[in-house]
Amino acid sequence: MTTDAVPATATGTLTHRRLPRYAPAVTLALSAAVGAGLSAAVGFSVPAFVVGALLAYMATITIAAGVVEGRRKAVDRLVTSLVYAAFGIALVPLTSVVWSVLANGLPRFGAEFLTTSLRNVTGLHDQQAAEGLAPYIGGAYHAVLGTFLITALATLISVPVGLLASIYLVEYGRGRLARAITFFVDVMTGIPSIVAGLFAAALFGVLFGVGTRNGFAGAVALSVLMIPVVVRSSEEMLRIVPNELREAAYALGIPKWRAVVRVVLPTAISGIASGITLAIARVVGETAPLIVTAGFTSSINNNPFADWMMSLPAYVYSQAMRPLSGSTPEPSLDRAWAAALTLVIIVMALNLVARLVARLFAPKNSR
Amino acid sequence: MPAHANRIDVGDLNVYYGSFKAVEDVSMVIEPGSVTAFIGPSGCGKSTFIRTLNRMHEVVPGARVEGKVLLDGEDLYGADVDPVVVRRQIGMVFQRPNPFPTMSIRDNVLAGIKLNGARIRRSESDEIVEQSLRGANLWTEVKDRLDKPGSGLSGGQQQRLCIARAIAVQPDVLLMDEPCSALDPISTLAIEDLISELKKNYTIVIVTHNMQQASRVSDRTAFFNIEGTGKPGRLVEMDDTAKIFTNPSVQATEDYVSGRFG
Repeated sequence: MTTDAVPATATGTLTHRRLPRYAPAVTLALSAAVGAGLSAAVGFSVPAFVVGALLAYMATITIAAGVVEGRRKAVDRLVTSLVYAAFGIALVPLTSVVWSVLANGLPRFGAEFLTTSLRNVTGLHDQQAAEGLAPYIGGAYHAVLGTFLITALATLISVPVGLLASIYLVEYGRGRLARAITFFVDVMTGIPSIVAGLFAAALFGVLFGVGTRNGFAGAVALSVLMIPVVVRSSEEMLRIVPNELREAAYALGIPKWRAVVRVVLPTAISGIASGITLAIARVVGETAPLIVTAGFTSSINNNPFADWMMSLPAYVYSQAMRPLSGSTPEPSLDRAWAAALTLVIIVMALNLVARLVARLFAPKNSR
Repeated sequence: MPAHANRIDVGDLNVYYGSFKAVEDVSMVIEPGSVTAFIGPSGCGKSTFIRTLNRMHEVVPGARVEGKVLLDGEDLYGADVDPVVVRRQIGMVFQRPNPFPTMSIRDNVLAGIKLNGARIRRSESDEIVEQSLRGANLWTEVKDRLDKPGSGLSGGQQQRLCIARAIAVQPDVLLMDEPCSALDPISTLAIEDLISELKKNYTIVIVTHNMQQASRVSDRTAFFNIEGTGKPGRLVEMDDTAKIFTNPSVQATEDYVSGRFG
């Protein structure tokens, strides 16, 4: 044996007793049983079962850890279980929304729903369909088209205004004017959406006569809501562009506006683009401002500058609140759920697009 | 000697940040084709001062100067002088390497030309890229990956890329604000060698905290000092580097270069 051999492992101050690795899993299983028993005693229900099981688990694992592992570990186990429980609770609304929209929306959702409008569909059709005498008809093509047109117009208005405003705030704005703009952008962020809608309705009433409703008015209402979001997110992104890059550009004799366009914007573009996409996702589901500006219709209208225009949120609202057939509202409710599903799919797709855009435009780092 | 001299005369220059006077009453002559080093304790205004030589201080809101800076007799602060044009003639390299992260190595070198809207032919731009990178001693290391992003290089390479970018626009004067302070000794040596090369073609002004560096690379050295916090920085003395480091005429300079304070 050589003198520099590793000495035999000693048990001393560094080691202490620990609960076995499988302890949390076993405790959880037992707690589930206890929870089932407790909730059965008060009349079984899922929430009672979950709460009972959770409390049983927390008590058991904390006491067990306290006895075996010591105070610090016991607190650690308790807080760990609290954190996981909070995470689970936060997931409940999300999953239940997705679940109910999928479950209720899927029956009517499909190609036919997305490619037909509600024109000439009446309560009579719904009644016959409900009695099995005729197929379910009537879709949301006109609403999808309207949502697309209105949101696209709103984006066309908001992005230049919002982006240029944020460039002003970050690159040029000094003193009172910049502070005033920042303040009003903050105020605009908090405007209730119905107020934005009424503003646009009143504006178009003054300009083109009271009661003017069309897709463009809806787009104006949405851009009132969208501009502050775009300003804010672009501003954040422009501010995190290091000043050193601007200085490097100036030191090369590059005029300020070119430095902004060719150096600052490309560096921040991934964040700006995903911010814009999220702003679109934010306004695509707005209901109130569209009801008072774009109105309702059951026909396809592909001209946003004339006549009432349907949008998906307004479609959901009208189908749910004013079914085509008062006596058999179920077909209308199914359509409302299918439209809601369409909306959720659009928002999710936009969020995915935002991530994709951020990754595509991100400055490439080979290290 | 370059084709035209690039002599800088500074006369009675004061620099203010708002109402705070950061640098007071600096007068000096920077000879063409020489390397001038600025040394002095932190906060003594040497970085502020070097920035006034190409009007980069104007990037900071509220910064202003009084006095004259003449490039070959022409006042940089004249009424009709565009700071953008000044900066094309007096380039700058910064403390931290700052290549543009969205651009390839090649585009970084060409940034000063392309971002100014000039259209150049491919062959011409190839030549500029190679010349500038050779001038910055970086060509052999990056010639096979010109289309890779500049941010993938090591710190020392990035700094040399920034120097290549600065000399690609063919300035008359090159200002360097502590160009080696973020670099390891080997990269520092590479940059110092480069400075001795560059002085054949450019007038160079370098701010440094490293006195060995000042004595190695510079012909003339200016010592800046500050009397206390809140007081403006002043030029204490400026002389040939050898004299500053062996036999300065002011006691404070001797104390500083011999390491007795600062």
